[in-house]
Amino acid sequence: MSSLAVTTVDLARLQFATTSLYHFLFVPLTLGLAPLVAIMQTIWYRGGDEAWLRLARFFGTLMLINFAIGVATGLVQEFQFGMNWSIYSEFVGDVFGAPLAIEGLAAFMLESTFLGLWIFGWDRLSKRVHLATIWLFALGSWASAFFIIAANSWMQRPVGSTVTDSRAELTDVWELFSNRFAIWAYIHVLLVGLTTAAVVIFGVACWHLVRGRNQELFRHAAKLALIVGVPISAVNLGVGSQMGVIVTDYQPMKIASTEAQWDTCQPCAFSLFQIGGFTVDDQTPSFSIQIPHLLSILATLSWDGEVQGMNELQAADESQYGAGDYIPPVRTTYWSMRVMAYAGTLVFLVLALGAFLYRRGRLASTRWFLWLGVASIPLPYAAALAGWVLSEVGRQPWIVWGLLKTVDANSPSVSTATIATSLGVFVVLYVALLVVDVVLMRRYARIDPPEVGGEGDEFALPAVTY
Amino acid sequence: MDLETFWFCLIVVVWAMYFLLEGFDFGVGMLLPFVPRSDEERTHALRTIGPVWDGNEVWLVVAGGATFAAFPEWYATMFSGFYLALLLILVCLIVRVVSFEWRAKSETPGWRVTWTWANTIGSFGASLLWGIGLSCLLYGVPIDSDGDFTGDLLDLFSPYSVFAGIAVVALFAFHGATFLTLRTTGDLHDRSVTAARRLGLPAAVLGAAYLVWTVVVAMDRNDKDLFPPALPAAVGIAALALAVVFLLVGRSGWTFAMTAVGAISLVVTLFVSLYPRVMVSSTASENSLTVDSAASSHYALQVMSVVALIFVPLVLLYQGWTYYVFRARVGSERVDAV
Repeated sequence: MSSLAVTTVDLARLQFATTSLYHFLFVPLTLGLAPLVAIMQTIWYRGGDEAWLRLARFFGTLMLINFAIGVATGLVQEFQFGMNWSIYSEFVGDVFGAPLAIEGLAAFMLESTFLGLWIFGWDRLSKRVHLATIWLFALGSWASAFFIIAANSWMQRPVGSTVTDSRAELTDVWELFSNRFAIWAYIHVLLVGLTTAAVVIFGVACWHLVRGRNQELFRHAAKLALIVGVPISAVNLGVGSQMGVIVTDYQPMKIASTEAQWDTCQPCAFSLFQIGGFTVDDQTPSFSIQIPHLLSILATLSWDGEVQGMNELQAADESQYGAGDYIPPVRTTYWSMRVMAYAGTLVFLVLALGAFLYRRGRLASTRWFLWLGVASIPLPYAAALAGWVLSEVGRQPWIVWGLLKTVDANSPSVSTATIATSLGVFVVLYVALLVVDVVLMRRYARIDPPEVGGEGDEFALPAVTY
Repeated sequence: MDLETFWFCLIVVVWAMYFLLEGFDFGVGMLLPFVPRSDEERTHALRTIGPVWDGNEVWLVVAGGATFAAFPEWYATMFSGFYLALLLILVCLIVRVVSFEWRAKSETPGWRVTWTWANTIGSFGASLLWGIGLSCLLYGVPIDSDGDFTGDLLDLFSPYSVFAGIAVVALFAFHGATFLTLRTTGDLHDRSVTAARRLGLPAAVLGAAYLVWTVVVAMDRNDKDLFPPALPAAVGIAALALAVVFLLVGRSGWTFAMTAVGAISLVVTLFVSLYPRVMVSSTASENSLTVDSAASSHYALQVMSVVALIFVPLVLLYQGWTYYVFRARVGSERVDAV
């Protein structure tokens, strides 16, 4: 019985992980491109330089191809809570449902409606109103992210609610939305979005520059990407680091696991790389590279700060919550954090080097760097996905931190075979969608942006035509 | 009215908006291979719903979110219970969403045909399954005393629920055809009128029969009296009859208004027949979920009410404006730019 139940939960988790990570392949680019396309269109609106209009339409097309899958896979996320996690849904609906419902009504509705107006409104609306539609779309996407992050942050740090015998109930909606965890996570996600969009714009611009095509136009695009990308990716490293401090405050077990810190330390060194040391039976790495004091600084913002170890926390959790294993999968959290941090740092370095070359006027002639710019496109995606793996896996065994365990939260009426079926369906469907999407993105990233109003200007009509 | 009932009404409004709006864009999708004769006309037909379908679909997102927030137990039991049906609906909707965008991305005939049919099958499948799924709320599915679903996919199929699915498909197709008559020109317009005339009578008869059957099910299986369920049913039947009459006298605007009322009446009749239950148990009637047993706490409902009272009117306002902006017919003068 119990082994069967474990399988069902495992499959439900696997499905949630697969579909959520897949969904988040598309979310950051929308979050970042929406305001950047709006900025391009605004520059054109104010200065009349048609290069910016061509860029807005060019990158707008990429944004829409990307957005379509985001929408399609977002619906799965909303349905999935009830489908696979009915006990969770009953337990949290009173609190968690509110931000989800508000997201739909107040944010996603705005996003979708004004995107339709933007796509088809080029010749129906005045320039000013049409410009407003892309900004409202961007506003909708940013508001949408806030409510989703607020919901997730409640699972990480449940505030503004109280638990009765059968469920969590909302007691203070302001506390829910001003959750310190939510505020920082939200800033982090927005900056990830902007960084992703900057890297994608920069990578596409590099490709055109290295081919010697549309030089003037894509120098503009590269410049905008660097102006946004360099400071944003730098700030985001700081914000990510601040997330570590927040997690140390509210989820000490998650940070201990992320750092493979079995015993409480003071001061604590940061492990850059290690072999072994990831299980209860093997707590000491056979090889590691460490920077003294760095973990104390990152986790507690002080030179000699104390970080609690998993052994102590496990004992404390057992006395508080009863017997059980309260340690998340250490190897996964350790490496996902490092993939995130290292990829994020690389993104900053590439963009900073790009800015340096640009200032020297050598960007378009430094071919190896242009190829590096193209090759860097996967980096922010790797960082973002690793970040979510860290955040969600690091919360285990809890589905709602300290309140409900993942193993107690799935749908009792849904069988293993049923979940296996749906997982199989989603995997096949999602792989097919990804293949088509990548082909389309590549093709539309490589076209020459048409002249405005010129011969064969397909943009006399919408940015995306159908 | 207590807050639980208010939220039940709001969820009815949201589903009604979904049937009203996505109903015609599903309808256009279903008619895509049949009414337009050329690839160019298909593009025109798609463009009539192009600017609005995504906004229409968000009403479904809101329906899901609002049910989760206001009636967690209803959401949990319904979504886990209707698992495979919802999976199929998701597949239909996903395929349909990408078909809009991707169909235009290549000129190859095979590509165009593929994504045209993807849109059609997605529209048809989602309409059919929503008809079946929602009618099961009233007809009853196995629910135990803990409020958990204990059946399987086959429990969703009864003569009534299958008939509901067919009626919804027919009505959406009719609704979509009347929408096309309002928004197209030339040959496509003429053929849309023909399609609406062919679909009108069967759709109206199926819709009316479904409404009557729903009232019967409400009395038979959900302890309801003839009133109030008969009231929205009567309004719906009258609207569908008028739709056929307006169609015959060539008043497209009024026909569309009547198919819209028809689509709304399906939802309203179903939910009025349910109230105060939200999900009927076929195992034992006392196991049925009710607005009171499934609802969130008073405070959560209050918060959500404030949000709804601000945003529902706002959304209606700007979505209404969208329809005003795109009121012009889509015709052949725009073809060259595709």
